[in-house]
Parts: sequence; C-alpha cells; structure tokens
Amino acid sequence: MSTAVTPVRPPASGRPRPARPRPSLVLAGLLGAVAVAAVLSVMVGARPVPPADVWHALTGPTGTENDIVVSSLRVPRTALGLLAGVALGVAGALMQGHTRNPLADPGLLGVTQGAAFAMVAAIMVFGVTSLYGYIWFGLAGALVASVGVFALGMAGGGRGGPTPVTLALAGTAVSAFLYALTSAMVLMDEQAMDVFRFWQAGSIAGRGADVAWQVLPFVAAGLVLALVNAPGLNTLALGEDVARALGQNVALTRTVGVAAITLLSGAAVAACGALAFLGLMVPHLARPLSGPDHRLLLPYSGLLGAAALLGADVVGRVVARPGELEVGVVLALLGAPFFVALVRRRKPLRL
Amino acid sequence: MTSPPIPSPHPEGVPPVSPVPVRLAHERPLRLGPASWLLRLRSAAAALVLLAAAVLLMALNMRLGDIPMSVAEVFRAVTGDGPDHFVVMELRLPRALTGVLVGAALALAGAITQAIARNPLASPDVLGVTTGSSVAVVGVIVTAGSAAGGAGGALASVGVPLVALAGGLAGALAVYLLAWRGGLDGYRLVLVGVGVSAVFTNVKYWLLTVGDVTDSGRAMVWISGSLNGRGWEHVVPVAIALAVLVPAALAGTRSLGVLRFGDDTVTGLGVRTNLARGLLILAAVLLAAVATAAAGPIAFVALASPQIALRVAGVAQPPLVVSALCGAVLVTAADLAARTVAAPAELPVGVVTAVLGAPYLIYLLIRARRGARA
Repeated sequence: MSTAVTPVRPPASGRPRPARPRPSLVLAGLLGAVAVAAVLSVMVGARPVPPADVWHALTGPTGTENDIVVSSLRVPRTALGLLAGVALGVAGALMQGHTRNPLADPGLLGVTQGAAFAMVAAIMVFGVTSLYGYIWFGLAGALVASVGVFALGMAGGGRGGPTPVTLALAGTAVSAFLYALTSAMVLMDEQAMDVFRFWQAGSIAGRGADVAWQVLPFVAAGLVLALVNAPGLNTLALGEDVARALGQNVALTRTVGVAAITLLSGAAVAACGALAFLGLMVPHLARPLSGPDHRLLLPYSGLLGAAALLGADVVGRVVARPGELEVGVVLALLGAPFFVALVRRRKPLRL
Repeated sequence: MTSPPIPSPHPEGVPPVSPVPVRLAHERPLRLGPASWLLRLRSAAAALVLLAAAVLLMALNMRLGDIPMSVAEVFRAVTGDGPDHFVVMELRLPRALTGVLVGAALALAGAITQAIARNPLASPDVLGVTTGSSVAVVGVIVTAGSAAGGAGGALASVGVPLVALAGGLAGALAVYLLAWRGGLDGYRLVLVGVGVSAVFTNVKYWLLTVGDVTDSGRAMVWISGSLNGRGWEHVVPVAIALAVLVPAALAGTRSLGVLRFGDDTVTGLGVRTNLARGLLILAAVLLAAVATAAAGPIAFVALASPQIALRVAGVAQPPLVVSALCGAVLVTAADLAARTVAAPAELPVGVVTAVLGAPYLIYLLIRARRGARA
C-alpha cells in the first residue's frame, strides 16, 4: 500500500548528485591522518626515536637522550607544524570563499610580504638578531599589511564592503610593493639576505616551544572567527546581492572573514616562512570531499593542511639524510603533482 | 527630400537610418570601404599620451650615465655623430629600448593571459613562463657560482638568456601539456599553472638557500629583473618577437573579445575555441619568454599594466595596445627611478616597477568607486 502512495522524487537536473562521503567518516579519516603524521613527526629524524621511547618521553621523562630530543626538538616542531597547517588550510579556504577566486591564497592579503618586510626591516634597522624577536615583527607586519589591504579594498569597493576583485587586486598590489622594498633592502644587506632566504624557503625546524606558544593565541582566535564566519560565507557564495536580500550584513561577514584570515595566516607565515601556497592547494583537495558548504570545507581544509604540512616535513627529514630538505620545497614537489592530477581528473568546481 | 511618414522598402538596398542611434558618446565607427572598426576616442587618446610619455622617459633615461648629458644633447647625439654618438647609440639607446620593448611584451602577454583566464590575477607566471625561467637561471647561477669559477663572461651574456628562454618555454610546455585534456579549458589551464608555478617558485627559494650568500644575491638581482648592461643583442630578439606577435595578437582580438564569455557561447558564435585560445596563449608565452630572457622576470608589469590600461581606457577588458604602452611606460619610468634614487648605486628595475605601479593601481581602484562602476 505504501508503495503506491510514496511519490517518486523526480531527478532534479537529469544527473544524479555526486555522492559525497559522510562528514563523520571524512572527519574521522582526516583526524586519523593527522594523528599518524604527528606520531611520525615525533619519531622520524636524524636520530630515530622508537615508539616506546616516545611514550616514555611523553609520560615520564627521566632525562635520557631520547627524552631530550623528543621534548625539546620533536614535540615543539610537531606542535608548530600542526598549528601552521591548520591555520593555513582554514585561511586558504576562507580566502577562496571570500574572493571567489581559485587563485587566491592566504598570502593574497599581503601577510607573507608584510611579514617579510617587517622582519627584514627589524634585522636591518633595529639590529634584531634572535628568531624569537623577528617573529614578533613578522606578526606585526602581517597584521598591519592585511589591515591596510582591507582598508584599500574597502575604499575601492563602495558600500557593502570590498568586492572580491578590488580586495584581490589591492592585496596583489600591496604585496608586490612590499616585496619590492624587501628585495631592495635584502640586496643592500648581505646579513639580512642570509636570514631572509632561509625564512623564505619555509621551514618548521629549529623553532623551539617558545614559537609555538607565541603563535597559539593568534591561531586559536582565528579559528573561532573562521567557524563563526562559515554560515555567512555560505550565504555570500550566492552572490552579494542575494546575501543582502536575505538580510545578511555583508560588510560584517567580510570583516570577520578577513580578520580570521589575517590572524591565521599571519601567525603561520611569520613563524614558518612563505608557505602560503599550502593554503592555496588544500581547499582544492578538500572541496571534492565537502562540496560547497563552508561549515564542512573549513574543518576539512584545516585537518588536511596539518596532515600535509607534517607529512611533507617528515618526508623532508628522510629524503636528504643526513641533512634535511625545507618543508616548503617538499610540499611543493609532493603537493603540486597531486593538485595537478586532481584538477585534471574532474571538471573543477567553480567558485 | 523628406522621409515618408510610413517607412517604405528601399529599392537601392540602403537600410533606413535608425531614429535613435545606438552609439556611445565616446565611440565612433571608422569605415574604410567594407571594413569598419569601432574607434574608441578615449583609448586612442590614452595610447597617444602613453606613447609620448614613453619617448620622453626614454630620453630622460638616456641622459644618465658616467657622462651626464642634457636631453638636447641626447637628441643631437642620436641624430648626428658627435663624440657622444658611440656612447648613446651603443650603450644607452639599447638599454632604453630594451626597457620599452620588454615592458610592452610583458604587458601584452599579461593582457592576453588575463583575457583568456578571465581573471585579473592571472599573469604569465600562471603560464609557467617566468617561474620556469627563474628556476632555471637561479639553478645555473647557484651551481656555477663563485665556487665553480663564477657565472661571468660568456655564460653571463649569452648563457643566462638562453637558459632563461629554455626554462621559460619548458615551463610553459609543461603547463600546457598537463592542462590539455581533449581541449583547453581556461580555468583548468590557470589551476594547473598555479600548481606548476608553486613547484618552480619553491624550488627557486630552496636553490637560493643552497649556494653561498653572494651567489644568492646575484641570483636575486636577476630574478628581480634588471636592465643593467643590456645591449643590442638583447633588443633584437624582443623587437623581432613584438614585430611578429603584435599583429598576430591584434588579429586575434576578435576571438579574445568573445573568449571571455562561456565556452558554449563562444562556440555558438562560430569561434574555434581551442584553436583561438591555443594560438593566443602561444603568443603570450613567446612574448613573456623572450622578454624574460632579455631582462629577467620584471615583477608586476604583466599583472598591473593590463589592469591599469583598462581603467585608463575605460573599457571592460584589457585593451592590447594600451596595455603594451602602459607596460613600456612603467618599465622605463621604473628604470629612471632605479638609476636616480640610490645613485651612484643602481637598483634592479624590477624592484622599482612594483614601487611605482602598485600605488597607481591602488589609486585607480579607489577612484573607480567614484566613477560608479561595478
């Protein structure tokens, strides 16, 4: 009887909707990947530490050599990698959502070049020499640069906040401007050049626990803002006019989004160098799993970012023994072919 | 003769004049027999002003050097053969011309790329050209660095441009092959290009950390883009490339104009999308590769010039000629600044293009709001 009553739902557009895995499964899988990457990151290195010793060092350290390696080198490095990976992944997804531009990376707001400029200026002008010292400058530079870009985008965008195109162009212009000033300074000062080129290559090695603690509050604040921003971003994806007609405060949504991007990517970039393209690629990898819903896309991107950054770091420690390859170059060499294959495989989702 | 109140068929086949001419105030049709163009007065005026500015900046540039001259002396040296004739003709003119031509070529490549990608952030970097050149040259400079006798002499003057050209073309080929899949989708091309460029850029950063700091500094100068010591051997290839490719690109403008619509529309309009897009991309790649080989990947010119040009000319899509002239003016002005700001030391021109171009682009962005444009 019920079979006669139940209406057959007509196919919406002739084609079945692409099947997407259940969110709980994806989240579990991604969390597992991050956990595996983190464990490997603590174990693998110039001096391999067996799992039993890792456990020993984490639960009841007694000052053995492996305990010291784990607690003073590996754990801070892994923690920083986790923070930076999550931050860049989420920031990248936010950035592409807000600009609706698949080329947008979190560095587009000027954070990377802002950080670079401030750090090089700190080295040259104020004679700052400690890593801990110039990361503060890098953070400040990243924040100032992106606030400046947002203000310019605002000025160019008219009411309703900056439009994606003006924001992206203003960001590119400011980045190019700051990069030029940085290059000029670096070309005049060999010592600054030496620091700059290693920062630019992108690395999470040798940073110590201080840096992870330094970055943590910024990343935490950024993540909260990002999650708050997700539903608004979904509405905004329908177009600004539709969003406004639905009663959304477009300018507020944009401001919250930009604040989140700034905090997340500024902190990550200042501490780890020019890794912003991680934020460019990760959302493209996450989007097939999540679809267009930013409430799923943001967490997926964050977890994928962390797994990718830690995984690439582990690979960089293994391939160039006894030395190490910077995580920036490993990420590009491993991530880009994957990214290209993904782009080729299917018709890319348009933003 | 008064027109009849009711329109009658015209036996001569002359169509009736529409009572309300559908024509914008600043656009005039230019008819020459059967052919006609739309002459945009604002674009034409902008092109003339930019051309004059480029010539003036070139002259100002050629005053500078070990023997300072006035603009009048420069002109006299170019036309006559005074004692300065050699200096001006063999040293200063080629450098200034390299700047103009390289700027025009990069800007043109950028305009084509942005039109095809339908994305204002696209530039030849996305086609893999400039990043491919950079990574190849940095590799050569760092590995053949001071330790191995230095990248000087023949290697510097012939080898580096050739390496740059090869690297640029190889990069573009890689992007093209990876993006080709039964056709060339502009969107897929750009995404693949971003991936490939990310590899090149990060390998470049890594290479900069490998060598010693002096070599890294020299590599930094090249990847910033510099006009220092450029001679006729740098002018000629770029001039030939422009002479061949500018007419080709202009012939393709028609296709370029419609390629900004979706693929289905374009095919419906009777344009062979893959062919048109492929040829235009080839033109952009060659222009960018030759320009980069001559002066390094001068930053920001390819990205900013088309955006500045479309705002100056007041059109919807990067206009090719105005973009090229914008690029020429930007690079020449930057070279002038690069040589005077820190004189007697000289900055690489690519450092200054962004310092000059970025504020202007920002000013245009802000002003556009008052112009009530979307």
